[in-house]
Amino acid sequence: MTELSTTAAQAVEAALGAGAAAAEAYASRETGREVRVHGGEVESLTAATQSGIGIRAWIGGRVGYAFGTDLSPAGVGAIAARAAEAAAVADEDEFAAPAEPAEIEALPGLSDPSVASWSTAEAAELALSVERVALAADARVAGVEQVVYADSSERVAISSSTGVAGEFGASDCFAYLQALAEDDGTRETGLGFGLARGPDGLDPEAIGEEAAARAVAMIGASKPSSRSCPVVLDPTVAASFAGLIGGTLGAAAVQRGRSPFAGRIGEELASGALARHDDGRDPEGPASAPFDGEGVPRRRTALIEGGRLHSFLYDTYTANRENRASTGNASRHGYRSQPSVSASNLVVSPGELSFEQLLRSAGDGVFVTDIAGLHSGVNPVTGVFSVGASGRAIRDGELAEPLREFTIASDLVAMLGAVEAAGAEARWVPFGGSVLTPPLLIGSMAVSGS
Amino acid sequence: MSELIDPAVASRVLGRALANGGRFAEVFAERRHGLTMSIDESRIEAVQSGAEEGAGVRVVEGGTTYFAHVDGLDPADLERAADEAAAALRGERREPQELRAVATTPVPIERRPEEVPAERKAALLRELDERARGQAAEIAQFTSSYAEARRQVAVANSDGLLTGDDRTRTRIGAQAVARRGDAVETGAETLGAHRGFELLEDDPGLIAEQAARKALTLLDAGPAPSGSMPVVVGGGFGGVLFHEMTGHGLEADHSQKRASVYVDKLGQQVAQPLLNAYDDGRLPNEWGSDAIDDEGTPTQKTQLIEEGRLSAYLYDRLTAERDGVGSTGNGRRESFRHLPIPRMTNTYIAPGDATPEAIIADVDKGFYAVSFAGGQVDPATGDFVFGVSEGYLIEGGKVTRPCRGATLIGNCLEALMAIDAVGDDFFMKTGICGKGGQKAPVGTGQGHVRVGAMTVGGTEL
Repeated sequence: MTELSTTAAQAVEAALGAGAAAAEAYASRETGREVRVHGGEVESLTAATQSGIGIRAWIGGRVGYAFGTDLSPAGVGAIAARAAEAAAVADEDEFAAPAEPAEIEALPGLSDPSVASWSTAEAAELALSVERVALAADARVAGVEQVVYADSSERVAISSSTGVAGEFGASDCFAYLQALAEDDGTRETGLGFGLARGPDGLDPEAIGEEAAARAVAMIGASKPSSRSCPVVLDPTVAASFAGLIGGTLGAAAVQRGRSPFAGRIGEELASGALARHDDGRDPEGPASAPFDGEGVPRRRTALIEGGRLHSFLYDTYTANRENRASTGNASRHGYRSQPSVSASNLVVSPGELSFEQLLRSAGDGVFVTDIAGLHSGVNPVTGVFSVGASGRAIRDGELAEPLREFTIASDLVAMLGAVEAAGAEARWVPFGGSVLTPPLLIGSMAVSGS
Repeated sequence: MSELIDPAVASRVLGRALANGGRFAEVFAERRHGLTMSIDESRIEAVQSGAEEGAGVRVVEGGTTYFAHVDGLDPADLERAADEAAAALRGERREPQELRAVATTPVPIERRPEEVPAERKAALLRELDERARGQAAEIAQFTSSYAEARRQVAVANSDGLLTGDDRTRTRIGAQAVARRGDAVETGAETLGAHRGFELLEDDPGLIAEQAARKALTLLDAGPAPSGSMPVVVGGGFGGVLFHEMTGHGLEADHSQKRASVYVDKLGQQVAQPLLNAYDDGRLPNEWGSDAIDDEGTPTQKTQLIEEGRLSAYLYDRLTAERDGVGSTGNGRRESFRHLPIPRMTNTYIAPGDATPEAIIADVDKGFYAVSFAGGQVDPATGDFVFGVSEGYLIEGGKVTRPCRGATLIGNCLEALMAIDAVGDDFFMKTGICGKGGQKAPVGTGQGHVRVGAMTVGGTEL
C-alpha cells in the first residue's frame, strides 16, 4: 500500500476507535504551479503543495465530517475524533451509510507526463506566447489583463470500514486570458481558454486568438430591441446552462422537492433529437476518474434520451433513499468537502448542422457568446432564469452587428423543450462543471434590451 | 501571533527567502478552525469540522512575485516554502531587517463560538426551522445553515514588520421554498458579523421568518417587466450595486492594467453631488472588518466618492508601490494558499436625507429591487448584471405587485451618474465576494437609492 492509502486506512481505524460504528477517509496530496503574466513579464509564479484528509464517521444513522491538514498519526487521530463528535450532533437518518465496495476498473491516461517534464520557465514561456498571439492578432487589441497558466498533479486515496479501497492519480492543466480591445473610446473584453491534462495538450495560438477574436468582435456593440426570438448559444454558454440543468438532475435536489425536473422521469421534455448523458469515465473528460468521491466506480448514465428524461444522478445516500444503486456521482471539491451528488462530465450530443447552417436555421435572432450573473440570475428550484448576455445579431441567417447589455430569460425546462437543433462540433468547456457541448439553437427566448 | 510563528524562525525563513535576492520577502502563517452544520427536511445534517494550518512565502523582485505555500507550520515546513519561493531567483543574497513586533487589537469577541456546545447550535437551527414553517402551511421546504470560522494569522516581512490578527466570524443563513399549486418560490436571508456567538443572542429566528415571508410574497408575483425605467434599490444588501458597479473598478490592480472604466478618473465627477461612498475595514464588528489586512497593514476608512467626485483607489502593498502611494489596507487573501490582491472590506454609500417613501413616491412607473441574489461586473467594460431576489412594480408612486425573475443590467458609468436620490435608512449586510478565484467576506451597505434609468430584464415584453 502507498503512504497515502495507508494514511486513509489508519484514519478509518482511528475513527472506529473514537466511537464511530462505520467510517470512510479520503486523502489527497497535490502539487501544482501557476504562472500569471502581463505586459510581456511574469507577474507571479506560484509553487503549491497541499495534502489533507477528510473523514466521515457514522454512529447509527448519524453522520459527521471532519477534515484537516495534519497527516501525522496524532493529527489524523484528532481529525477522526472530531468526525465522531460531529456525528453525535447530527440527527438520525436511516439512509445514511458508507458506500459498499465494488470492483474498480483502472482508468489509464489521467496523468500527462508533460506536467512533470515541463520546467516552470517553459510554462511561463507558454503563457507569454499566449499574450503575444493575442496582441498580434488585431491592431485593436490594446492589451491583455492577464494570462493565467496553471497545472497540477494529484493523488487520491479512499478507504472505508465497509471495505472500499482505491487510489488513483490525475493531472490537469489550463490557460486563459482576458484580451482588451479598444476603438473609438470604447473598451471590450474577450475570453480565451484551453484545457488539457498537461501543457503538451495546450495550443497557445488558439487560446490567444480566441480571446482577441472575441474582444474585437464586440467593438461597437449596441443594445438589441426587446423581443422574443430564436437564440443560438455558443458552446461556452450552452455549457453553463447544461451545468445548471445537470445540477437540477442531482437526486438530492429532486428528492427534496427542489428541482423543476422532480417527478418527470419518462416525460418527453425535448425534441427527439436531444440527448444528454453523464460520463465519469470519458477518456477526454476533465472530471474523469476510476471512482467517485466515496469510492463508487464512475460510469455512464443517460439523462435525456430521444427527448425523454431518463434518469437522475445518485450518490450512495440518495440511492439508498430509493432503494437503488448509486450512479457513481458523489463529487468532492478536495478533502475539505464531504461528498454530494453532482454531475461528472456532462455530454450534450452533437447534431448534424454546421455552425453556418445553425445560423441559417435561426434566420433572425441573437447569437449569445457570453452570459453574466448566472449565480444570481437563476432560481435552481423553479428553473426560472434571467441573465445578462452579449453576442451578435443574426440577420438573414448570418452574423451581423455586435450586441451587449441585454438579458435572456426563460426557464430551464422550457429552454430544453425549445432546443431545435444542435451543432455538429462539440467542445469541452470548464464552465458549469465539465461539459462537452456543441452550439445549440433555441427556438424562442425573451431578449430584453432597449 | 508569536504562538503561530516564533520570531527567530520568521527571521530565518525570511533570510532563506532572500537567499537568491529579492527586494521584499514575506511569510504569512495561518491557522483556521471552522464548524458548519445545516438543517434540511427538519433534520440536522452536514455537521462538519475543519482545522488547517499552513504558510505562504513570497519574494518580490522587479515586477515578479515568487510565491510558494505549504501545509503545516513547523519550522521545516516554513523553510521549505521559503526555499521553493526563492528557487527561481538568480540574484545576490539580501538580508532582511530585524523584526519588530507591532501589536494589534483584534476585533473583540465576547463569546467564543468554539466554547458554545454544538448542541446549542443545532437547537438554534431547529428553532429557525420551526419559526419558518410556522409562517404558513405553504412553506414546503426550509433549509438553514450555521457557520463559525476562526482565522489566526501572522505576517512577518523583510522590512522588519511582525504582526498578527485573530478573526472570528459567525453567520447563519435561511432559505425557504413556498408552494401553492404549481407555483413554487424561494426566499433567503442571512445574518453574519465579525463577532462570536453573541451575534445570535438577540433573535436569530427572525431571519427564518423573513426568508419564509419573501417566498410567500413571491407566490403572488407576476412576470417582471422589461426595458429601461427608474429603479429604486433597497437598503443594506442593495449596496452590492455600488460594490459591483464601482468598488471593483477602484481596486488598483484593475485600474493599473487599464482594465477598469475608472482609469484616469481621479478627481472627476462620476456621480451626482449627493453621493458619498466609503470603504471601511474598521467598522466595529462588521463582516468585512479586520484589525489588519493580510499584509499586516492596519485597515482604514477610505473615501471613494466625495460629493460625486472620484477620490481614491483601493491598494495593497504592490499596487501602492507602483502608484507611489501608501497601501490603503486592502491587501486581502482567502488563505495562506493565495497571494494578496486589492479587495474591498465594507463598502457603502453614506446615508442621504431622503426617506424611502419619498424616493418611491416620485416614481410614476418603475421597478423596486428590495434585495439581490448577487451581481457581477466586468470592471474593464463596466457592464454589470444583478439578479433580483425580491422585486416589485412601482406604479403612480406606489409599490403595487411583486415580480419574479428580474435582472438589472447596465453600465457602471451611466448607472452611477444616474443615482438621483439617497435614503436616510442606512444599514449594512454581509456578502461573499469572489475575485481572481479568491473568496472574501465583504460588507455592503446603503439606505434606499434611486437610479434614474436602468434596464430591467424580465420576461414580460
